[in-house]
Amino acid sequence: MTQDLIPIYIYSRKYYVPEGSTIITALEYLGFKLKKGVGCKEGFCGACASLYRLKGDYKLKGGLGCQTVVQPEMQIVQIPFVPAPKAVYKIEELQPDPEIFVRYYPELYRCLSCNTCTKICPQELQVMDFVQAAVRGDFEQVANLSFDCIMCGLCSARCPAEITQFNVAMLARRIYGKYLMKKSTFLEQRLKEIESGKYEEGYRELMSLSQEELKNRYFQREIDFQIT
Amino acid sequence: MTRMPYYPGCTLKTKAQNYDLSTRAVFRELGIDLVELPRWNCCGAVFSLVTDDLLRQVAPITNLIRVQELQGTDSVDDPRLVVPCAMCFNVLKRANARMKDNPEDLKKINDFLYLESQPYRGEVQIIHTLELLKEISAKRIKEQVKFPLLGLKVSPYYGCNLLRPKDVAIDNPENPTLLEDFTQALGAEVVFNNRRLRCCGSYQTVSEKGLVADLVYDIIMGAARAGADLIITACPLCSFNLDWRQKEAMEAHSDHKLIPVIYYTELMALALGIGNGFGGEHFVDPQPLLQKFLEKEKGGI
Amino acid sequence: MNERFLRIKRIVLGPRNREFSKKVEELSGETVNLCEQCGTCSGSCPMVGEMDITPSFMMRMVQLGEEEVLESKTFWICASCYTCSVRCPRGIDPAKVAEALRQIKLRAALDFLDISKITEEEAKILPQIALVAALRKFTG
Repeated sequence: MTQDLIPIYIYSRKYYVPEGSTIITALEYLGFKLKKGVGCKEGFCGACASLYRLKGDYKLKGGLGCQTVVQPEMQIVQIPFVPAPKAVYKIEELQPDPEIFVRYYPELYRCLSCNTCTKICPQELQVMDFVQAAVRGDFEQVANLSFDCIMCGLCSARCPAEITQFNVAMLARRIYGKYLMKKSTFLEQRLKEIESGKYEEGYRELMSLSQEELKNRYFQREIDFQIT
Repeated sequence: MTRMPYYPGCTLKTKAQNYDLSTRAVFRELGIDLVELPRWNCCGAVFSLVTDDLLRQVAPITNLIRVQELQGTDSVDDPRLVVPCAMCFNVLKRANARMKDNPEDLKKINDFLYLESQPYRGEVQIIHTLELLKEISAKRIKEQVKFPLLGLKVSPYYGCNLLRPKDVAIDNPENPTLLEDFTQALGAEVVFNNRRLRCCGSYQTVSEKGLVADLVYDIIMGAARAGADLIITACPLCSFNLDWRQKEAMEAHSDHKLIPVIYYTELMALALGIGNGFGGEHFVDPQPLLQKFLEKEKGGI
Repeated sequence: MNERFLRIKRIVLGPRNREFSKKVEELSGETVNLCEQCGTCSGSCPMVGEMDITPSFMMRMVQLGEEEVLESKTFWICASCYTCSVRCPRGIDPAKVAEALRQIKLRAALDFLDISKITEEEAKILPQIALVAALRKFTG
């Protein structure tokens, strides 16, 4: 099978890679040794954040290396890590009060509402909206809007106010989960059942099965998506 | 009910919730339903004064696009944006004027905001809650007063952002009467503090507490000499400085007199009989004064 | 007033002075040469007691293009209350000139405020509006 090769630029040097490659597969094809800047390759871990520009477009774009398909004449650089202040705290000692942002991330209040973070986010989150929600102490809104954040750091690298959006959101989600979110009764119930040994017998049975039998069981399982 | 777009601002959602809640309650009583803008953002609190930093004008303009979006739906009757916070009002109104005067700047900002659903067209009108009250008229407010605040000596404090510079002023910048007219309509006695237009120290409160405390001492003592029981304001930062910096003022000046500070909408809610329970953290608690007053009123009826 | 600014010295105006004046004029959008040194701004300023040079002195130094004005704390003490702006008989806005001087410092990455110094006690009570305003005025 032959594949068409297209030109791309990596760290400003021109290379030819198969059409349809992602940034990561292109790098692998070219023989780059990837020690940093690559992870799950499934778009979940946020380790392969990259910046790129397309031919004829002045916009600087952000994407995950493993999810972004290369295009002819694309210029690419990887941003594997963004230095960021990180709050160290005992969550039990914190209160769900906006004061914690003043204490741990006071630069939050430098936000210019320029929306640059939203423009670069590879997860297409409304980043500025959750930063603004943090400014006004709305933990629930921050938690909901930032839920799909994979901490790739591109927002922070681009922010003119030098905010670390992803760490602010993490703090807000933790506070929300600990103090404000409605508690799941199902989870507590199930934990009790596990502790009382209700599933011991079932586990023992599964452990005793051969690999072949396990596969059969897996494919025959009933899937119930009615859980709410 | 007339529905109008409403921009509360960050502080009204946190430390000045009492201003937000009392504003909504008072206007509801007067037949105006304030519809909060969806997805609004911080306006920046201070208007950027240099000519070349358009980035700092983006925040207010994004909010004005939100107003346009809201106007496009069927959820407001009067399209003007109502703003209660004096600082937000100043920023939004000046940024709006700058865009009207400089179409080139507006074009640059619209190009920058390419993710927005529509460009800003420069036509939103901004109105402060006090201007809206003036439109409703002191006469109509007087008619709706249930508990006239007879005998309560109130000192209005304007601060800076509602009156200066001239092009955003909601009243005569050197001799305003808006707050006075309206305090009289509530039945209270207006006392004249000749420091009512003086700056409270504004954002210097973050790094120069002592300096702000001296200014606050001067302002509060002006009200005290005039015999005030209570000071009313329309700005969450004035309110914070005048109230909380009395702690430092008291420590630095042995003759300092503590005077409680509340928002004019809270005073109004009291007179209109729609409540006294809007919360809010205070250094000088206004409740003993207000409770005493309410008891006297109710006892008299 | 700070002695540093009071000492008598011979001022020689060179191209560098004009360059500085022009820079401030461009940033502020104000014609500083319109100032006739009447002192209304200084007399109206609520913060003047805390300043090392008065607002009108600041205007004079900008007219003369004396970069030393950048070492003054006057424009950092300004609270943007706009009292001078409404009262200037020549229609100049000294608040904008002060902002231009702040921006010259901030754009050279010389922040005036260290936010990490806000105490826990203050963090509990300070309203958002104070923090946003101070960070916009005092950090670049």
